[in-house]
Amino acid sequence: MEELHSVPAWKETLVTRIIQICGYSSILFVILILYFLLSEGLPALWKADLNSLFSTRWYPTESYFGIWPLIFGSLFVTLGAGLVSVPLGIGTAVYISEVAPSWTKEILKPLVELLAGLPSVVLGFLGIQVLVPFMRRFFDLPTGLTALSGAILLGMISIPTMVSVAEDALNTVPKSYREASMALGATRWQTIWGVTLPAAKSGVITAVLLGMGRAMGETMAVMMVTGNAPVMPQGLQTIILPIRTMTATIASEMGEVAAGSVHYSVLFLIGIILFIISLVVNVVAFTLTSRKTTRSERLLS
Amino acid sequence: MKPAAFILLATALVLGACAPVSQTVDKAEKESSAYIQNKGSDTMVNLALLWAEAYQKENPDVRISVTGGGSGTGITALMTNTVDIANASRAIKPEEIAEAKKQGFEPVQFVVARDAIGVIVHPSNPVDHLTLKQVSDIYQGKINNWSEVGGEDRPIVRLSRESNSGTHVYFLETVIRMGNSKSKDLFSESTLLLPSSEGIIAEVHDNPNAIGYDGLGYITKDVKLLAMAKTEGSEYVLPSVETVNQNRYPISRDLYMYTHGQPAGALKTYLDWILKPEAQQIVADSGFVPVYVPGK
Repeated sequence: MEELHSVPAWKETLVTRIIQICGYSSILFVILILYFLLSEGLPALWKADLNSLFSTRWYPTESYFGIWPLIFGSLFVTLGAGLVSVPLGIGTAVYISEVAPSWTKEILKPLVELLAGLPSVVLGFLGIQVLVPFMRRFFDLPTGLTALSGAILLGMISIPTMVSVAEDALNTVPKSYREASMALGATRWQTIWGVTLPAAKSGVITAVLLGMGRAMGETMAVMMVTGNAPVMPQGLQTIILPIRTMTATIASEMGEVAAGSVHYSVLFLIGIILFIISLVVNVVAFTLTSRKTTRSERLLS
Repeated sequence: MKPAAFILLATALVLGACAPVSQTVDKAEKESSAYIQNKGSDTMVNLALLWAEAYQKENPDVRISVTGGGSGTGITALMTNTVDIANASRAIKPEEIAEAKKQGFEPVQFVVARDAIGVIVHPSNPVDHLTLKQVSDIYQGKINNWSEVGGEDRPIVRLSRESNSGTHVYFLETVIRMGNSKSKDLFSESTLLLPSSEGIIAEVHDNPNAIGYDGLGYITKDVKLLAMAKTEGSEYVLPSVETVNQNRYPISRDLYMYTHGQPAGALKTYLDWILKPEAQQIVADSGFVPVYVPGK
């Protein structure tokens, strides 16, 4: 009977400890992942010849381990995706937050979130069936499996991330800013462009960075539509040529590679490079806005 | 003290007598519930797994384990008698037979399936036959326009499976390097590497510029198969179950299983089953060519 009156001290400690373990576990996981990546990937630096590693020919089954085409391939497609998603994503966010009447907003927001939940393999499938043939006919290209198709699909994939973060940022701009601007005689467009967007600048940049990070890490859709030819990008015409990204390389080759071989280590090295790039993107996004961390972190996970 | 010592001695004797008996029982059990180990060719590993699954479903008392590792690995394991069946996508080499004879056994060969690669183009492409050399030059990037091989003035878009698929490796060795094992020729780097057979068929079906290849069993009616000739003077042969089984189509090979001497018991029953129509249907379903001709 006495136990009902007061919670025993040991129970209190136990619960605290359990919660503590939960909290620390995610730190532990990140450290373990990092350790695993490094221990599997760094040996590539001495197992594979450095000259081979930093050459431009990727043909791992014949011991050509040039990773430049893959790195540039990823960067190229991601930048292309940015060109598609930044205007569309920020435009959508501005429309939802500033222009749309409330009933449109009610429809648009869930739709954007639905887009975010669409598995990328489904988008990839649509890409193969619809986008790729269309691109080939419309631009009269040798093939529609190009960096451009990949960039468009990745743009679509990163738009929802961008819209929700940017829209949140715009919503935090105090109403009084807009009222003040209107009172000074500015039009709605002048208010959006001159007042609201600059006020939400850091949040909008975070949105762009997170969207691009999402595009960089995307695998399945990109593997299905970019043609995966490890060609070194050369100038702007590369956009209408096939390209191979780092993520697609890891995904398609890891399954068949012998554990511990040079090829295996090089694939992990590519993983390290991807990890570093996404780390940099996230750190930059984080430092830009420490106020907006909760929302952005939720989206990161 | 004396009775205690006697009991100890008696127990020891009984145990000693029992041990061999229980061993023979174990062996007898093993015979009735056979365990077949099957190792080798990565090209064949999926096929071998499908066979093993189908066979174990019908014969629950037989257990079959399948591992890959490559044809050479399988044959080496057969030498050391650690597996019952070695899968190989190439014929056993004379030096391997000599090595086996030194170990005191004769490897027995079974042709269990055939592997043929069809070269495919868009149905509207006027090109309907090529030589191995032409296909090799196309994939190396030496021929870049269909007009160079008798087609329309269109750029050639080369499609391939990913570099670690067995089909890719076989195509590289047989077509691009034309069987020359010293050759260092490679796929042109502008070759599109697609992750699946479906991706290749879809793109060839849609794109009049494309050329692709795949295991014969994966090729659908949506694309056009090319007749192939080994050299310029020889006959152009369209791939089919018949021409492959007659050894007339140039991009085909036999897939083998090797056993440690003549198989017996459960092992023999399993190998006999593999050559039956139901097992050969699995061959056709996995993209290979069955060794038995339907309806004959």
